[in-house]
Amino acid sequence: MGLLKELKKGVLISLWFVFLTFPVMVIKVDPIARTVVWRWANALYMAVGTFFIYFLVQFFLRKKENRKETNDSKEQTLSFIHRILQDRLQRNILIGVVAVVAVFFPQFLSAYQTNVMTTALMYVVLGLGLNIVVGLAGLLDLGFVAFYAVGAYTYALLNLHFGLGFWAVLPIGGLIAATFGILLGFPVLRLRGDYLAIVTLGFGEIIRLILENWGQFSKGPSGISNISRPGFFGIEFSLQSSIIYTYYLMVLLVLVTIFVVNRLQDSRLGRAWIALREDEIACQAMGIDKRKTKLVAFSLGAFWAGIMGVMFAAKTTFVNPASFTFLESAIILSIVVLGGMGSIVGVLFGALILILMPEYLRALSQYRMLAFGAILVCMMVFRPQGLISNIRRTYTFKKKTTSSLCR
Amino acid sequence: MDYFIELLFSGLTRGSIYALIALGYTMVYGIIGLINFAHGEIYMIGAFTAFIVATVLSIYGFPLIAIVIIAGIAAVVWSSSYGYTIEKIAYKPLRHAPRLSPLISAIGMSIFLQNYVLLAQTSDFLPFPRLIPDFPFMEPIAHIVGSTDLVILVTTVIVMVALTFIIKFTLIGKAMRATSQDRTMATLVGINVNRVISATFIIGSGLAAIGGLLIASHIGQINFYIGFLAGIKAFTAAVLGGIGSIPGAVLGSLILGLTESFATGYVSSDYEDVFAFSLLVLILIFKPSGLLGKATNQKV
Amino acid sequence: MTTQPILDVSGLTMDFGGIRALNTLDLDVNNGEIVALIGPNGAGKTTFFNCITGIYTPTAGDIWLTPPGGGKKISLNGLKPNQVTEKGLARTFQNIRLFSKMTVLENVMIGRHCRTKAFIFGAIFRNKATLQEEQGILETSYAILEKVGLANYADEFAENLPYGAQRRLEIARALATEPLLLLLDEPAAGMNPQETIGLEHLIKQISREGQAILLIEHDMKLVMSLSDRIFVMDYGKKIAQGTPLEIRENPAVIKAYLGEEVDA
Ligand SMILES: Nc1ncnc2c1ncn2[C@@H]1O[C@H](COP(=O)(O)OP(=O)(O)O)[C@@H](O)[C@H]1O
Ligand SMILES: [Mg+2]
Repeated sequence: MGLLKELKKGVLISLWFVFLTFPVMVIKVDPIARTVVWRWANALYMAVGTFFIYFLVQFFLRKKENRKETNDSKEQTLSFIHRILQDRLQRNILIGVVAVVAVFFPQFLSAYQTNVMTTALMYVVLGLGLNIVVGLAGLLDLGFVAFYAVGAYTYALLNLHFGLGFWAVLPIGGLIAATFGILLGFPVLRLRGDYLAIVTLGFGEIIRLILENWGQFSKGPSGISNISRPGFFGIEFSLQSSIIYTYYLMVLLVLVTIFVVNRLQDSRLGRAWIALREDEIACQAMGIDKRKTKLVAFSLGAFWAGIMGVMFAAKTTFVNPASFTFLESAIILSIVVLGGMGSIVGVLFGALILILMPEYLRALSQYRMLAFGAILVCMMVFRPQGLISNIRRTYTFKKKTTSSLCR
Repeated sequence: MDYFIELLFSGLTRGSIYALIALGYTMVYGIIGLINFAHGEIYMIGAFTAFIVATVLSIYGFPLIAIVIIAGIAAVVWSSSYGYTIEKIAYKPLRHAPRLSPLISAIGMSIFLQNYVLLAQTSDFLPFPRLIPDFPFMEPIAHIVGSTDLVILVTTVIVMVALTFIIKFTLIGKAMRATSQDRTMATLVGINVNRVISATFIIGSGLAAIGGLLIASHIGQINFYIGFLAGIKAFTAAVLGGIGSIPGAVLGSLILGLTESFATGYVSSDYEDVFAFSLLVLILIFKPSGLLGKATNQKV
Repeated sequence: MTTQPILDVSGLTMDFGGIRALNTLDLDVNNGEIVALIGPNGAGKTTFFNCITGIYTPTAGDIWLTPPGGGKKISLNGLKPNQVTEKGLARTFQNIRLFSKMTVLENVMIGRHCRTKAFIFGAIFRNKATLQEEQGILETSYAILEKVGLANYADEFAENLPYGAQRRLEIARALATEPLLLLLDEPAAGMNPQETIGLEHLIKQISREGQAILLIEHDMKLVMSLSDRIFVMDYGKKIAQGTPLEIRENPAVIKAYLGEEVDA
């Protein structure tokens, strides 16, 4: 039924996209040499690509609809990973495998690979931090990178001027970033969601521009170099072992972060965040201090960004403002959105996919940002709950028995 | 005194261009309550289309007047098509989603479009052809007001008058005003809301394209990233004037343009962008309803 | 000395631009009473709730809350909604505002928020006090669910509940804040006759336990059978007050309702 009509529609849509992308995709001018290149092949790719994408989208939409009609049972919609996590044995096996891989990773792979993995793990922590703000409390923070920058520059400057080491600055960086979070959060957290997003974006850019222009303070665009790597009770490492040490440090930080975030979201505070995300007015009417609750989420998120900033400065031994653009915030946001807002496992997957994939598929790396943009749109349109939708703890309470918690 | 007048005109020129972009933000916000984050990219694509078409035509030796007209039309047509398509792809499916979903989608769209142009064209700054000649009659005051400034001001005024006419007197304009006041009511009285939303995106994008064409010929170069900053500034202007209000967008843009011009002229140009961002943050904190916007009490 | 009313509102006025939604309204509720606030649609009843719970800031007027048993009088003027709830007013919403992606039990647990303390430290370290507090929250919340008859729905998402059950859940959530005075905004709206009877029993039961209640309702049968006293408003003004019997005969009330369907 209607196949012909569908085909016709598909053709029309591809023609529309050929027209739409014509000037940018097909024509390439060189204004200096005054030459024009007509890249007609691109128009053809566009037509064929759009045609297929159109049918792919139709297919998925239909499948989604069918699924909605046929089964609504919860078991079916549970994602694969959650089914594993729910079974105690399978869960322990999975954790065991992950642990073994994580521990022996640097032994088997090159320093370069280890370094890439360390970066991915840093994004896991950044994602988990932003996840508190966006995923749990529902505050869209587009200036998350500002707190990352604050942490990085805290370490860079304290190390440069006072020779302070990594471990001393790690908590300081986190606390200073959290303080910035509170200072910014105080006036802006009463704003409506979309205004909050824009204000935080503005704040992020202000921090970056100040770092760029205030040369006396931050050494401007050229940045600060020769920052000390993380030490271990005064032991100095060779470059090679330092990379491995940093990796294990990151693994530890990821574990601590997962532990803390997990406990936070299953607490009185975590429930308040989720309630706030669901309905602010009802939340206040239930006696929850909106301002305070948001502020705590915001500054906790900032705290993690600050810690990771210190880590970043220590790992790369160099910071400059170019590392802290809006796109960085967008990448972290993509991780949270792709993984599934509010879901810890989701953020883990999101970060590993988004950071490792372009690393290993070299050909893809130039399409990286294009993909981030597309992911944000597609996720919102097709799967707003993310790859791994968040399943929170269900509180079960049986009379006369103590409460049992199941995940 | 000459310096003052020079700054005044450069401020008005800037302001006019912000206004052309800010109108798109404000109109879309007025109708569907969305901060169309990708609007800056629409403007960038307008500028790029104009650049490509104008350069091709000039290579093939078309006369200047034909180049201006064809490039202008092409910029408007393509930008509007992009605006229309983006709404259909990224916002329409999310019309009943939680408020932040379309905003995230818009941010994604903005990043996507930037990189699409970057990959399909180049990341370099490209010299934009001179489309506006120096008029002989401007000779005596050319050191204060350039011919380009004059063209920008005149074009903006004409566009504003046309827009006012459309909104006040045409059927689609009336439907737009009705929809922005109460969408449910508008549907009930038989207004096709989808068409109104599409029209809003088309008109807003067309205006941004004119802005893109004008500023590109004013500054003389473009690249894929110009939409981000221009977009933020125009958004600042729209919020300053009161988002959702059309006269507000124009007023806010002129104020922002003039302040920037005088601040860079008399103080320093280092912190020009810091200044714009700070202004944005401060307005949103202290007067989120803007100069001409109405503060609303959320009904419970 | 006569006992103070729990809630004492005087001269409450609320303007929206040019519209005066509340006009120098006086109202009081005594401990243990069920008081009804009625009036045609748009009379300003919900606005009254919004003003006394701090969601809107009234243009003028005083709001006093006096804990029963000789407590000190507290002014609610200028307090934020959460502070008002802490002091002892809890409400339901005419347009249901549950936390739809949270379970029924969790919805009630949110109500316990302002009576509990655990914070970042407790959340992370789960010390003994926090664990005890969490257990207490669970027990109290479950007990409240049993009271309103929703215990078998405890693990459902709130959005999946039938309409009548959602209204009950709103009541349960408000009760969890241990209010001195419970404010119900059209709790029977949209309920079928059976559900309404069930609701009537529930309200009576809560009231018997000593809970003071202020009720906005359109269902006259329900209002007449439940209320100790009734306030009637129209166009933001109080047009009558008295016992159900007095209100039934009051000509001003009859006039205000003329042309309105009295019995929903
Ligand atoms: N936030 C608001 N802004 C403007 N007008 C409002 C607002 N809230 C209520 N009103 C107006 O106040 C009047 C009373 O409304 P409401 O209190 O909801 O009536 P009721 O609950 O008695 O049906 C109505 O005319 C309504 O339109
Ligand atoms: Mg009402």
